[in-house]
Amino acid sequence: MTQSIYSHTYDNGLVLAAEQMKSLESAAFTFLVPVGSSVDPADRAGLSSFTGELALRGCGTRDSRQFVEDLENLGVERGEAVSVSHTSFSGATLSANLPPALSIYADLLRRPRFPADQLEAARLVVLQELLAIEDEPAQKLMIELRKHQYPDPWGRSSQGEEATLRQIGLDEIKQHHQGQYRPNGTILGVAGNFEWPQLRDLVGRLFEDWQPREVPDPATGAAPDKHAHLEHESNQTHIGVAYEGLPYRHPDYFQAWGAVGVLSGGMSSRLFTEVREKRGLCYSVFATMHTLRDRASVLCYAGTSAERAQETLDVTLAELGRIAEGIRPDELARLKARIKSGLIMQQESSIARSGSIARDWYHLGRTRTLDELGQIIDGLTCESINAYLAAHPPGDFTVVTLGPKPLEVHLGVS
Amino acid sequence: MEFREHTLDNGLQVVAECNPEAHSTAVGFFVQTGARDESEADAGVSHFLEHMVFKGTPSRTADDVNRQFDEMGAHYNAFTSEEHTVYYAAVLPEHQQASVELLGDILRPSLREEDFDTEKQVIIEEIRMYEDQPPFGADDKCRALHYGKHPLGKSVLGTVQSITDLSVDAMRAYFKRRYSPGNVTLVGAGKIDFDALVKTAEQACGKWTPVESGRETPEAAAHRAFQCVHKDSAALEYVLQLANGPGATDADRYAAKVLATVIGDDSGSRLYWALVDTGLAEHASLSHHDYQGAGLYMTYMSCDAENTEANLARIAEIYTHVEKEGLAAAEVAQAKSKINSRVVLGSERPRGRLFTVGGNWIQRHEYRTVREDLDAVEALTRDDLAAVLARYPLSINTTLAIGPAEKVSAPPAG
Repeated sequence: MTQSIYSHTYDNGLVLAAEQMKSLESAAFTFLVPVGSSVDPADRAGLSSFTGELALRGCGTRDSRQFVEDLENLGVERGEAVSVSHTSFSGATLSANLPPALSIYADLLRRPRFPADQLEAARLVVLQELLAIEDEPAQKLMIELRKHQYPDPWGRSSQGEEATLRQIGLDEIKQHHQGQYRPNGTILGVAGNFEWPQLRDLVGRLFEDWQPREVPDPATGAAPDKHAHLEHESNQTHIGVAYEGLPYRHPDYFQAWGAVGVLSGGMSSRLFTEVREKRGLCYSVFATMHTLRDRASVLCYAGTSAERAQETLDVTLAELGRIAEGIRPDELARLKARIKSGLIMQQESSIARSGSIARDWYHLGRTRTLDELGQIIDGLTCESINAYLAAHPPGDFTVVTLGPKPLEVHLGVS
Repeated sequence: MEFREHTLDNGLQVVAECNPEAHSTAVGFFVQTGARDESEADAGVSHFLEHMVFKGTPSRTADDVNRQFDEMGAHYNAFTSEEHTVYYAAVLPEHQQASVELLGDILRPSLREEDFDTEKQVIIEEIRMYEDQPPFGADDKCRALHYGKHPLGKSVLGTVQSITDLSVDAMRAYFKRRYSPGNVTLVGAGKIDFDALVKTAEQACGKWTPVESGRETPEAAAHRAFQCVHKDSAALEYVLQLANGPGATDADRYAAKVLATVIGDDSGSRLYWALVDTGLAEHASLSHHDYQGAGLYMTYMSCDAENTEANLARIAEIYTHVEKEGLAAAEVAQAKSKINSRVVLGSERPRGRLFTVGGNWIQRHEYRTVREDLDAVEALTRDDLAAVLARYPLSINTTLAIGPAEKVSAPPAG
C-alpha cells in the first residue's frame, strides 16, 4: 500500500490533509468545523444544529435554491452532521468538479446569508428532526446512553430540545457563527484524484484571509446519574450499557479497541455468538468504541422483546465481565484479518478516506497512513491486550433502558 | 475490465466483471427466490431461510461458518427481497477461492431443527424491531393493498404469526423447490481470476441436482386505494404511496430513475423544495423499484400529523402538474449530473459493482458497463420522460398513512 498523503497548515490555522488516489475518477472532501453541541449555551441547546441548517440556505452570491442547484449540477453528493465537537460538511463528486465545489463551500463556511425569511422553515426542519427520534427507539436510547455516560457537555445530543429550539433567534444564530466558525481548528480532509500543488493553492486562495479567533474550551460539568429507564410504548426493550474506554490519541488506544473488536465485530464475536447465535435473544447487538478527543467510552446496545430483556441484559453484562479474563489468540487473529482487509478496501473509496484523514488529524494532529495503521495492528498481541484488560476490566457500568418496563442491573454476574 | 460468463452442466451460471486494477474481490450467490415465490402458509420463509443458511452444513457447524468468514477478514452478509436472496462477501483477492467454497457450501445447509427453533426467535425479534420503527410495518400493508393477490403483494418478513407457525419441514420443502442450480448465479466483481472462479464453482456446486423451479410473472394491474391506520404512539405521521412504473425488462426504467430524481430526490427535487425545504415535512421522496413483470414508484413522506392532508394535496398537485406540463430542461440536466456522479461513486468499490452486475444478469441476462448505463441516462430527452409519465402516471396510486392522525382523507382527484 503506497500512499501519497499531503498536508498543509495555513497561517490562520486551517489544516488541509489530503490523500491522492490516482486510480479513482472521484474526489471527496470533509470539513470538520470545531463547532458542536458542546458549545451550545445551556439554554440554547441545538444552536449549532440550527446554525448549520440555516447556513445551508444561501451563502455568498447564491440564495438557497442556487446553492443546492449549483452543487447538484456539479454532481456533489452532500452530507452534513453535527456532533458534540464538530459541525461537518462533506461531499463527493467527479474529480474535475472538486475545485468549484470547494469554492462554494468556502462561501458556506465564511459567508452564509442566514436569510430572515428562511428562519421559520429551518426551525421546522430542526424541530421535526428532533421529533423523528421519538419514532426511532434504538437511536433515542443511544442518545440517552451518552447523556448518562459523559459529564456535560460531552454527552449532549446535537438535536437540542423543543423549548430551546423554539427560542433561538436569528441574531443568536449569526452571533454563534461569528463567534465560533473559524479557521483555527477547522480541518479539511480531501481524498481522490487531484493534483496537490493546485489543491493546496486553491484552498489557500479560498480560506487564507479568514481571520482566526481564540475560543475557550467548554467547562466540564459533574458526572451524570449512571442508571436510567425511559418509559416507551414499544414491543422491544432497548438496552444500552457503557463503560470507560480510551480516546484515539491515547498510546494504549488499540489495546482497548482490540478488546472491543473481540466483543463485537464479525459474526464470530463474543456478543453476537452468546446473545444472538446461541440464545436467539435479539436481532441486533453490538459494542463500539466511541471516542472524543480527550475521553472515550465503549457503548453497547441490544434490542429485544420486553419479556426477554432481563436475560439479554444479564448475558451482555456477563460477557463484558468475562472479557476481562482475557482474549484468545484465534480471536485476535480474526480481528486482525478483518481489520487488514478493511484497511485495504478503504483504498477503494474516496468518501471513506476523506473522513478518516480529517478525523485522524483532529485526534492526532497528523494523518496516519494505512501502512502505519497496519503495523500497529500487526503489533497487537494477546499479552498486550490482556495486560490492558487486567488493569482496566470493564466495570462501573452506565445502564440505560428504554421500553415498557425497567430492568434490574445485576452487576458482578458471571 | 473484462466481462466473462460460464454455465455449469447443472445450469448454475457464473458471471464476473474482472478488474485487474482493483484492490479487493467481491463474490455473491444470487438466488432467484424471494417473497413472491412463497405460498400463503410459507409467508416469510425466504428471509428465514436466508438466516438458516448461515447455521451450518453437514461439514460445518454454525460457529465454523461464522469463524471461517471472519478468519478471511471477509465483509459478508445476505439479504432477501421480493424476488431475490443474495449471499455475498468482499475479501482480499487471495481469499477468492476460500470465500466461494464457503458460500457454496452454506448454500446446501443442514436446516437442523434445533437451529431452526433458536433462529425463529431472532426472526421474531427482527419483525418486532421493525414494528417499533417507522413506518411500523405499513410498507407491507401498502404493498398488499396495491398488489392485491399479485405475488408482489407479499411481505418479505412475514408476520410473527406466520413465522411462529412455520415448520422446519415446510422450509426444507421450499429450499428444495427454490435453490435449484438453475436458479442460482455466482457473480464476481473486482479483482477476479475467472478461470479459478469457474473451477471453484464446479467443485463446490457442480454436484447440485437441478429441479423444476419456475416462477410466475404476471403483469400487475393499477390499483387505486387509500387507507389510514391510527397509531397513537407514533410521533410523526408516515405516508407511503405506490404507483405502477416500468419493470425490470422495460427500457423505460432509465427514464423512471431520472423522473424519480427530478421529482422526488432527497435534495433539490420538486418534492424537496415544496415540502422539505419549507419544513412542512420531515422527509419526502420518490423512488423507483423494478421487478420481473412489474415496477413501482414509491412516495415516502413523514410529517407532523396535522400537516398530513395538506401535504398529500401538495404531492398530488406536483404529480398532476408534471403529468400535464412535463419537466424543465434545467432540472433534467441537474438530475442527470447527480445520477452520473452517484453511479461513478457507487461503482468504485467491487462490492458496489457486484450488485449492479449481478442485478443486470439475473433480471435481464445482460452485462452493461458503467459507461453504457450512463449513456442510457444521458440520451433521454424531455419527450422520452413525458411519454413514460403518460404511460405510468404517478397520480394513480395506492396510499397508506400511519401515525397519530385519527383520520386522513384522500386529496380530491386532480
